[in-house]
Amino acid sequence: MLITDIAEMDNRILLGHGSGGQLSHDLISGLFVKYFDNPILKDQTDSAILKIDKDLLAFTTDSFVVDPVFFPGGNIGTLAVAGTVNDLAVSGATPLYLSSSFIIEEGFGMKELETIVRSMAEEAKRAGVMIVTGDTKVVDKGKCDKIFINTSGIGELLKRHKNISSGKEIKTGDKIIVNGSIGDHGMAILAAREFLNLSSDLKSDCACLNLMIRKAMGASPNIKFMRDATRGGLATVLSELTSDREFGLHIDESSIQINEKVKGMCEILGFDPLYVANEGKIVMVVDKDDAESVLDALRADELGRESTVIGEIVDDHPGKAWINTIIGGNRILDMLAGEQLPRIC
Amino acid sequence: MKYIDEYRNKDLAKRILKEIKAISVKNISLMEVCGGHTTAIHKFGIPSLLPDTIKLLSGPGCPVCVSSKRFIDQSIAYSRLKDVIITTYGDLIRVPGSTSSLRQEIGTGADIRIVFSILDALTIAKDNPDKKVVFIGIGFETTAPSSAAGIINAAKEKIENFYLYSSHKIMPPPMKALIDEGVKINGYIAPGHVSTITGSGIYSDISEKYGLSCVISGFEPLDLLQSIYMLVKQIEDGTPKVEIQYSRAVKPQGNRKALAMMDEVFDLRDDWWRGLGILKDSGLTLKDKYSSFDAEKMIQVDVEETADDKGCICGEILKGLKSPKDCKLFDTVCTPTNPVGACMVSHEGACHAHYRYSRNG
Repeated sequence: MLITDIAEMDNRILLGHGSGGQLSHDLISGLFVKYFDNPILKDQTDSAILKIDKDLLAFTTDSFVVDPVFFPGGNIGTLAVAGTVNDLAVSGATPLYLSSSFIIEEGFGMKELETIVRSMAEEAKRAGVMIVTGDTKVVDKGKCDKIFINTSGIGELLKRHKNISSGKEIKTGDKIIVNGSIGDHGMAILAAREFLNLSSDLKSDCACLNLMIRKAMGASPNIKFMRDATRGGLATVLSELTSDREFGLHIDESSIQINEKVKGMCEILGFDPLYVANEGKIVMVVDKDDAESVLDALRADELGRESTVIGEIVDDHPGKAWINTIIGGNRILDMLAGEQLPRIC
Repeated sequence: MKYIDEYRNKDLAKRILKEIKAISVKNISLMEVCGGHTTAIHKFGIPSLLPDTIKLLSGPGCPVCVSSKRFIDQSIAYSRLKDVIITTYGDLIRVPGSTSSLRQEIGTGADIRIVFSILDALTIAKDNPDKKVVFIGIGFETTAPSSAAGIINAAKEKIENFYLYSSHKIMPPPMKALIDEGVKINGYIAPGHVSTITGSGIYSDISEKYGLSCVISGFEPLDLLQSIYMLVKQIEDGTPKVEIQYSRAVKPQGNRKALAMMDEVFDLRDDWWRGLGILKDSGLTLKDKYSSFDAEKMIQVDVEETADDKGCICGEILKGLKSPKDCKLFDTVCTPTNPVGACMVSHEGACHAHYRYSRNG
């Protein structure tokens, strides 16, 4: 008998769920195919066969190992879909198809897995992408931390957008835009970790940004660069943006939005919010004449409501990002070395 | 937010800076001796706003930076014992010892856990009765009282598998030693957190005997600018004294409860400071009655031979004699990703702050 409902399955993941036998089949049809529901996946062929009309493809992959697996504002599943969708979208591509590979620790709860898979399906639907192929492996207890997910994604890219990911067309005077407050994801994750004993109602900003980005791209043909400010935070993206380039950039710290709770937690822990991870924020470089129309388009989307110009591309100090601090001082904005660690005093 | 944004007001900053410029005539050097001040000064770009007459120097204010490599080596040696769990503040784990770091030891299987308070370490000890839990206590008077509270709790609760490895040091001795060594400064931006515990009396010698100005400062940019103003005023007027700018936290008498706990648990000992050598009565060790919690006395361990710091001038930087940019390792072989000396590792270290905020400034 083929099991097609999770209610009839074991309540824990067993090694057998990754063996390729009956249990694997039950898991695939009862959970993954059920939720990811699309004709390509339903065929359950060794490879998903995709039809793409455009001449350029964007292709990306990312692995997700977040701890804790469930956090305020999302879970590892929402992150796995949004992360890959956003990597495609910031390259100027329209995300179309995702793969999804699970490495699950023996004993992981079936209900928890279902919640994760359901969130992935919902997030994919919202973003208009299909999860068309996947894999499941189960490892011995202690050989991985609960669940790891890898997603790869394919998107179609118009020729005229091919330089967005490298920022080749950036020039002096272009404006730098961010779509809202920074540091929410990193601090929500940290607060959710039990050992910190901090209670907060902070939520991760984890979200698929492709629809918001599409609106912005519709408003201007002159978006020169986009990148999502994930690990390493806003400062790292800005620092990478100028690294080895013939231009520099200037940021005005007072124009960067930081949630009061994020600010407070960063103060307690000695963190700099500019280096804290985001999962729903992008840095965009736009021709100065189009900055207003792009801002309008971004603000028309729920995820870009608080978009602002935070700075501009300059021709002095090439290769460097500079920040005008909140009290009017100037300093360099550098990449994060290693990880941010709580301070001693 | 209350207590943050008010102290980062650009217009007020401009006004204080205008006042500073109006009264500053002499060329002076001011030294901060607190890692938190070092970081804040550079993070907010304060040096770029001050007139050329005022030079800011970083002194021995970062506890990680002034501790010896031997201390790190011994911590690593503890971590290599199979029945030991190391608990420590985060900053310490990346500091290079002679051949390894606690971070590298985690990679080879050592059980090292970052905690935010010694009380978390006590909980770990209670949860792991078959292990020895060593808390690496580092910091000045800011963190020493919490270590003392931890030991008092451990004694009260009879937690027998808990140990403190103390590298705690106290603040006034290096400030005096620097002047004795002839370091040319005109005033101290005195540490805010340390003074919250100790009060302002510990600096009276510095103004009375040494004739140096001392202002206890808070950590926000307006605090620091106001403290600089107060120091410039004292120096220009020729009236060195101890003043408290950070009056919302620091009282002249300090925190008596915390001081009593330190007194209950710790004895003074001579201690080694990077750049300054051994300073009399400058470190804290557990009193004999708490020796059963003293890792140094209770856990035997072989410590590898301490390797020299090759070419690193951390010592001179900590004395304010040289700037990080004077070090030939700075930004070449020594970077935050690949630190040679402790001053580059700790987020409060002068080299780290210079690298991160004003490398090309």
